[in-house]
Amino acid sequence: MNPYKRSPFVKISTVLVYFFLYAPIIGLMLFSFNASKTNIFFEGFITRFGPLQMNGSTVVQSPCGPFHWFCELSKNAEVRNAAKNTLTIAFISTITSTVIGTLAALALQRYDFRLKSFAQLSLYIPIVIPEIVMGIGILVLFSQLFSFLNNLLGLRLTMGLPTVIVSHIAFSIPFVTLVVQARLQGFDKSYEEAAMDLGANELTTFWRVTFPMILPGVLSGALLAFTLSLDDFVITFFTTGPGSTTLPIYVYGLLRRIITPQVNALSTIWVLVVFTVVLILQRVQNRQT
Amino acid sequence: MLKRLRENKSAQGTLLITPTLIFMVGLLIIPLLLTLIISFGKRSAEGNVIYTFGLHNYMRILGFSHDCPAGQTTCFDPLYAQILWRSISLAFNTTVLVILLAYPLAYFIARSHPSRRNTFLFLVLVPLWTNFVIRVYAWMMLLRTQGLINSVLGWLAGLVGVQFVPFEMLYTPGAVLVGMVYEFLPFMILPIYTSLEKIDNSLYEAAADLGANPLRTFWRVTLPLSMPGVVAGTVLVFVPVMGTFVVSDLLGGKQIILVGNLIQRQFLDARDPTFGSAASLILMVMTLIVMYFYTRKFGFGEEIVAA
Repeated sequence: MNPYKRSPFVKISTVLVYFFLYAPIIGLMLFSFNASKTNIFFEGFITRFGPLQMNGSTVVQSPCGPFHWFCELSKNAEVRNAAKNTLTIAFISTITSTVIGTLAALALQRYDFRLKSFAQLSLYIPIVIPEIVMGIGILVLFSQLFSFLNNLLGLRLTMGLPTVIVSHIAFSIPFVTLVVQARLQGFDKSYEEAAMDLGANELTTFWRVTFPMILPGVLSGALLAFTLSLDDFVITFFTTGPGSTTLPIYVYGLLRRIITPQVNALSTIWVLVVFTVVLILQRVQNRQT
Repeated sequence: MLKRLRENKSAQGTLLITPTLIFMVGLLIIPLLLTLIISFGKRSAEGNVIYTFGLHNYMRILGFSHDCPAGQTTCFDPLYAQILWRSISLAFNTTVLVILLAYPLAYFIARSHPSRRNTFLFLVLVPLWTNFVIRVYAWMMLLRTQGLINSVLGWLAGLVGVQFVPFEMLYTPGAVLVGMVYEFLPFMILPIYTSLEKIDNSLYEAAADLGANPLRTFWRVTLPLSMPGVVAGTVLVFVPVMGTFVVSDLLGGKQIILVGNLIQRQFLDARDPTFGSAASLILMVMTLIVMYFYTRKFGFGEEIVAA
């Protein structure tokens, strides 16, 4: 019996579901090359470099040719600022949550201590409650804390980059911990015990034995934290302030008002970045197994 | 002191877990408790929180309103109960549709040659990691009255020579359902795939040897063994659908209000954070109750981590 036999029903459904998954994304990317300012209809690709007519009368200078909307996007100061914020938040929160989450995974997998089951339980909570509940909670915390401190000390604390970063660290830690924990589970304690028997102290054992073993897990945990942070909308939405707008927040705000091919250009770049990151993530995980 | 730490394994573990505990307590547990405290409070005229103790916010959600016609002190207004019910039924419908779409695809990947599985999985991961808001935007472009779907249909109608009136698809309940299904489909594919992939081929062979036809094999072997994946996927789909406000906001317009929209508006349109907190906690409790009974009935696999 052929183990890879699949019925025609399964094959047809698969094709249709993949079509359902990709048609919207491909449509979105196509419209980022649209020779139209309003982006309501597809008016054809931009083929000329230099001046071109759009939507009938208006002449647009397009030195970038087909990549007109990408050039416009790169000139957009709001987008550049949002991109800078997004990356700053993602880098800081990834590094911090990876370190903290890895330590937690080691503690939970290799040590016994009080509060162990409490710690493990608290790491599952963000996965089983809707994200908005955590977002609202953090918003309540900071708004109440800030209004209390501002009244008491005459400060002017507001939401901003620091509140977003701290919140991103908090929601990334559980994911890093779970990934590294899964990696540690696969390894016998006896490797570490052997190193200790041969005279290595805890630190040497960690750097020479444990760390190289869990490194792939730590890396995929870090990549996961990075993508989660880049992608996050809900938590950022409730913890952001003036000046700390991220790309998803910016796009959301824009979509409620207007539709422009610049958003499509941004989406195209986003999809290509995701494509690359997922490719790397899969490579790292493949090397693990 | 360093020497004592070196010998005390329990102290070492505590030291390693402390940063995590600080974050989880500070940004998860304390915030949830604060939400609970202010949900009993009242809104001041300036929109601040007055700390009192009362169940008025919860009564209001259940429909016992205080803003009644003249002469009545309490009356029944099912507005918020309707919103809760709409959110639950939408989450339920989305989950069922997502299972129906995800299962064949997951099965296809699990039963394809091992060397090709990663490529097929990769194709599931790319939409999953493409930003949530961008994916909603993609559907805005498709569903608009002058959008891609209507353009294609109009073109087809033109070919056959039929008069075509564009469909109004955006800002309807159907648009919200499609958007939700699209957003959360990958979260169901991955756990179902993980559980299907574990099924040993000899089980299928045994079923065939014993005379089961493919349908019976699916019903008696494949489906029961993949239930942990379906359960994990349901948790990963049902929970976020309950709290999402972006999809209904952008694809449903102003008319389709879900719990998520209700909560968001109470906080950001400066209405009543105490009422928003109560709604947020009711959302959490509702989700936990549904998930508790669901996972108790069907078990809870490790598939959730795999996704």
